[in-house]
Amino acid sequence: MVDSSEQIAEEVGKYLSQHQEVASTLPAAGISWVDAHREAASKRFEQLGFPTTRDEQWKYTNVRSIARHAFDLSLNPVDVNPSVINKLTIPNLDAHRLVFTDGIFSPLLSQISDLPKGVTIISLAALLRSDPSRLENKFGEVVGEPINGFNAMNSAFILDGAFIEIESGVKLEKPIELLYVSASTNEQALALPRNIVVLRKQSSATLCERYISVTHSQSLTSSVSEVYIEDNGILHIDRVNEENDKSFNIGALFANVGRNARLKSNSITLGGRLVRNDIVVRLSEDGAETQLDGLYVVNDRQHVDNNTQVLHDHPRTTSREHYKGILSGKARAVFRGHISVKPEAQGADAVQKNNNLLLSPEAEVDTMPQLEIYADDVKCAHGATVGQLEEEAIFYMRSRGIGYAETRQLLTHAFAAEILENLGQSSIKDYIENRINHMMGLS
Amino acid sequence: MDTFETQIDGFVGREYKEGFVTDIDSETLPPGLNADVIAILSKKKNEPGFMLDWRMDAYERWMKMETPRWAHVNYPPINYQAISYYSAPRSQADGPKSLDEVDPKLLETYDKLGIPLEEQKMLSGVAVDAVFDSVSVATTFKKELAEAGVIFCSFSEALQKYPELVRTYLGTVVPLGDNFYAALNSAVFSDGSFVYVPKGVRCPMELSTYFRINATNTGQFERTLIVADEDSYVSYLEGCTAPMRDENQLHAAVVELVALKNSEIKYSTVQNWYPGDSEGRGGIYNFVTKRGACRGDNAKISWTQVETGSAITWKYPSVLLEGNKTVGEFYSVALTNHHQQADTGTKMVHIGKDTSSTIISKGISAGQGQNAYRGLVKVLKGADNARNYSQCDSLLMSDRCGAHTFPYLEVKNQTATIEHEATTSKIGEDQLFYCRQRGLSEEDAVSLIVNGFCKAVFKELPMEFAVEAQKLLSISLEGSVG
Repeated sequence: MVDSSEQIAEEVGKYLSQHQEVASTLPAAGISWVDAHREAASKRFEQLGFPTTRDEQWKYTNVRSIARHAFDLSLNPVDVNPSVINKLTIPNLDAHRLVFTDGIFSPLLSQISDLPKGVTIISLAALLRSDPSRLENKFGEVVGEPINGFNAMNSAFILDGAFIEIESGVKLEKPIELLYVSASTNEQALALPRNIVVLRKQSSATLCERYISVTHSQSLTSSVSEVYIEDNGILHIDRVNEENDKSFNIGALFANVGRNARLKSNSITLGGRLVRNDIVVRLSEDGAETQLDGLYVVNDRQHVDNNTQVLHDHPRTTSREHYKGILSGKARAVFRGHISVKPEAQGADAVQKNNNLLLSPEAEVDTMPQLEIYADDVKCAHGATVGQLEEEAIFYMRSRGIGYAETRQLLTHAFAAEILENLGQSSIKDYIENRINHMMGLS
Repeated sequence: MDTFETQIDGFVGREYKEGFVTDIDSETLPPGLNADVIAILSKKKNEPGFMLDWRMDAYERWMKMETPRWAHVNYPPINYQAISYYSAPRSQADGPKSLDEVDPKLLETYDKLGIPLEEQKMLSGVAVDAVFDSVSVATTFKKELAEAGVIFCSFSEALQKYPELVRTYLGTVVPLGDNFYAALNSAVFSDGSFVYVPKGVRCPMELSTYFRINATNTGQFERTLIVADEDSYVSYLEGCTAPMRDENQLHAAVVELVALKNSEIKYSTVQNWYPGDSEGRGGIYNFVTKRGACRGDNAKISWTQVETGSAITWKYPSVLLEGNKTVGEFYSVALTNHHQQADTGTKMVHIGKDTSSTIISKGISAGQGQNAYRGLVKVLKGADNARNYSQCDSLLMSDRCGAHTFPYLEVKNQTATIEHEATTSKIGEDQLFYCRQRGLSEEDAVSLIVNGFCKAVFKELPMEFAVEAQKLLSISLEGSVG
């Protein structure tokens, strides 16, 4: 290892100088609390640098290949033909759609119409310019101090993203689709989407976040989503990554779940060269609930790291977590699930599972389901498995005249189905199923 | 529930039963650690030259190391210069030839613990290599073992009589720079046990060592090396109790096991070092490195531990499954009460083909105890058909205690089948109610439930230990339901 402080300075320096260059042109620049927030985050970024494998949270995910590069922050939307986007949308998904090219909102490609009363869906940059006061105290309220360099980098710029607010009692039926398109033909475009989602009391919404590439260029996306769900609110988020095999995607979702409120999240990783999903859910009031599901189907040299943290801070909070992975080629998957139960969180109920299927000799899995419990009246369990398709199941099917290849595909499909069942929209489920079948050579 | 709570407090408040200090003269080096101390230590023990070089090498590495901070435990920094690195009971100088020559006070100590050597010798058929502080003072059953060709002696003696054997295996499982505490131990270890079981020999009896920390401010740095040659079998018991005192004491032992082709080593521990009083004052710091290597095909190493003592336990008995078809096992019951902290678990490293490992860990937290399981199951690329099953259950018995589980599974081979499961729950109200309803006292009911919870581990212990372990658990825990 070379001198780490020098290395940090070098890796971070290029972004910091970029930051200085554009600081005055960033949305809402000049408003003191916005400036202060960006400034503090940039200092923090300088301090933290990019994570290394010596950092326990990044032990199995080496981001040197990201840190070495100099990615270029995109400041303006990229011109993409709407027909290209239309071809890539999920069939039969009727949604309010916000499209971002390299992290910048593209009004041209987006479709937001007929919003019911009490629903705000707007690009963050637009809101920062038009009505910044609505965002005061929103940044970092859930995140707190940035947990790693990527988060800090995102907070240092706060450039664009989606702002969604659902007023009390409003139930938004139509899902909201956030489509992040890596569109630049320049190698090494940098996108830093920042999303804020607020669900007021008794409201509900469904969100679909998708990351796709329309070119073969390498890109880095470092996103941060902050989610607040007030009492009895219900939010469902499906996140799907289908970027090209050169892309880096580091995503962080921070959620505060209120009294008897509920967050359901489904992280599906199919694409990307290196994908890291951090999810931190704070069950911050009595009876708060979360269900975190995930599925990663990876191949070749893909690397996927799901890092989740569920904080049971209050009594009678519930969490369910189930991540499944199918690995082929030289793919590598990392799972870390951390459940912590505070002393006052009596009656907490947590279950966490991670199952992995290794389909090739070169694939690798590192899994760490973790429990940290300081209360006694709790029910907590976790489990992890790594294995192959069951020989007995294969034998059973083959003895009934089904060929080996088909047996393998069917069993793999069945393995994934358990997670796909929980997706928010049947159209998304059908789409992902088709994609996986295609990947596994089933269709 | 009021009376129940009072009862609980009564049980939880129970003090350590084995606390007493034996007043005998110790030949003790002044506190402090430097190269001279190590040279003196080595000279006092009349060690062969390679040993001093080895110690110095370890010392130099240790100097460059930092205290590990990753464990889920809290304690004030240790001043390694305030520890005395050598302490021998005075009577050792004359060299007791039989039990009669052993310091009567020492024998009395064992009497108080309920394990008089005489009785052990006659009744249990167990050979005891009693380590009192740092030097062995009494060894029994030498003859019977010698007939079978088994070498079982103190580490110092082994260095005098079998230096080549020691040299061949020492540090091959736990390298001298392995970790902070292992390096410290390698530099300053005072004594310990050495076992060699020759080819084809099934050790005729269970070997046992009782450790006991005595002289104030003397860190204990035991070194145990057990070698099972091809087709041999040995079962080794280690048990500890320590006298009560207020200052924290450091215990940094290293245990190395080498199992060659077709051999089996069964290593059982009942650990009952002084855990500190109910306010968390005093108690032993138990920072131990235990590791075994299954060197040859079909070798098997099994660790069984019952940990009820120590203020802080930091211990991960591990198995390197190097040979093909080797087996590693880890059975553990760890109990933390009052302010005890335990960070314990195991590492199973699958290297050879068709290897299998089993991990059963039962953690019980009461009072304000913090109990963490930390384990690693690693399957290397070439380890075809590796099989692991891990189960870690935690039982919570008060609203101020903690139970934590940190398993790491690293799998680099497609043909591996790895399963881990863990549960954490409170001792069941309905289970208690059921037992009470059928006329069992609160105390008996808890004892019954806890023993049931730990049964999978207890059944792995040798008979003598199983009884002791259950007794220990009852004393440390009975009724501490909150």
